[in-house]
Amino acid sequence: MNSILKISILVIISGVIIAGIILPIPFIPALGDKARILYFHVPMSWIAVLAFFMSMYYSIRYLKTRDNDFDVRSYSAASLGFMFCILATATGSLWAKFSWGSFWNWDPRQTSIFILLLIYGAYFALRSAIDSDEQRAKLSSVYSIIAAVTVPFFVFIMPRLVESLHPDPIVNTQGKINMDSTMLSIFLTSLFGFTLLFFWCLNIKVRIERLNLKHLRSITG
Amino acid sequence: MSDFFRSTIIVFKKDLISELRTRYALNALIMFVLVSISIIRFAIGEEKVENEILSGLLWIVIFFSASGGLSRTFVKEEEKETSVALKMSVDSSGVFTGKLLFNFVLTLILNFLITILFIMITDYEIKNLWGFILVIGIGNIGLVSASTIIAAIISKANSKGTLYPVLSFPVLIPLLVTVINATKLSASGVETGILYEEFVILISYSIVVTTVSLMLFKYVWED
Repeated sequence: MNSILKISILVIISGVIIAGIILPIPFIPALGDKARILYFHVPMSWIAVLAFFMSMYYSIRYLKTRDNDFDVRSYSAASLGFMFCILATATGSLWAKFSWGSFWNWDPRQTSIFILLLIYGAYFALRSAIDSDEQRAKLSSVYSIIAAVTVPFFVFIMPRLVESLHPDPIVNTQGKINMDSTMLSIFLTSLFGFTLLFFWCLNIKVRIERLNLKHLRSITG
Repeated sequence: MSDFFRSTIIVFKKDLISELRTRYALNALIMFVLVSISIIRFAIGEEKVENEILSGLLWIVIFFSASGGLSRTFVKEEEKETSVALKMSVDSSGVFTGKLLFNFVLTLILNFLITILFIMITDYEIKNLWGFILVIGIGNIGLVSASTIIAAIISKANSKGTLYPVLSFPVLIPLLVTVINATKLSASGVETGILYEEFVILISYSIVVTTVSLMLFKYVWED
């Protein structure tokens, strides 16, 4: 089962990379071939957000049950989410350099991903500042829930700041996706493939963390 | 319910009395405010600075002086080892709301001082005074609601002082962005009625954060 999963992830992601680079894409005003970043950038951002809310969900479960395994899962989801958040920021700002002329210009989208990075960073800073296992689990769970409830406010605040130049209103007009069928299928496959990759990584990370914890407890007794 | 209000008042009174005896927070914070506004003044020099930029600078002073004062609320209980006694005498929600109330009064006094000093030292001009007062007041509620639970979290961690701004900033961004914008608008003379949407965001932020903090506080406070 596990090897089938691994092979299918390999096939899907390499397929997406090849198809994303080779296959022609329809004409999109002002974007052209630069729109290909969509295949990689959007899945990264989606996973960064997904992992953030998964981390919050496991935090709530931890506080309810006090089962340490939920803390392990919450931490693992957050650390993988952090990685994908960095990837989303990097691919996004690479694209911004070629489309908007600079790597970073505080577009509302960039601001929101920056805040997500800050929250992740604060979460890890908090975790590393607490010695006792139980306290660490408890306090970081509380923090991750508090951080998560403030996130929806950005939906109201960000549009009021500056007009966004993010191409999402161009490609995706009135909630109707303006991609042709090839592009859409590559995009959805990519989304699916990277989400699978995320869950596979998460599974490994959780197992590593469980072993670490077990090892730590066997030393300290 | 009356028990809850009673314990809130008790904790508030206790903090007020201990503050009036030591005057730690007020003395140090007033000096902190004075120093930071003077730094701004020296940095500006003889430049003529726009009111809009000054509104932003005002909130920088408020944010950092609040982080100096509010982060102490629970740390001082841990340092003086009075937290056990507090746990025994009142229940957790009373402790939280009592501290919240005390912090609110503390920041309100502090912000009053900051604004007056700011107007005296820089050439800050407030055109819509009542709108400005309302913005600062409601902004304070939001600032305090998020700060109190963060202060409780850091009181159990190492490196408390540095951790506080790191943890509170991401949580406070929605509030800070809105409140700075509203301060800017009211200082430049926009009618209070036009600020309605900002008030809605600020008040809903305060309500959501306070409610969630109240629900989560017992996990932080009780061992």
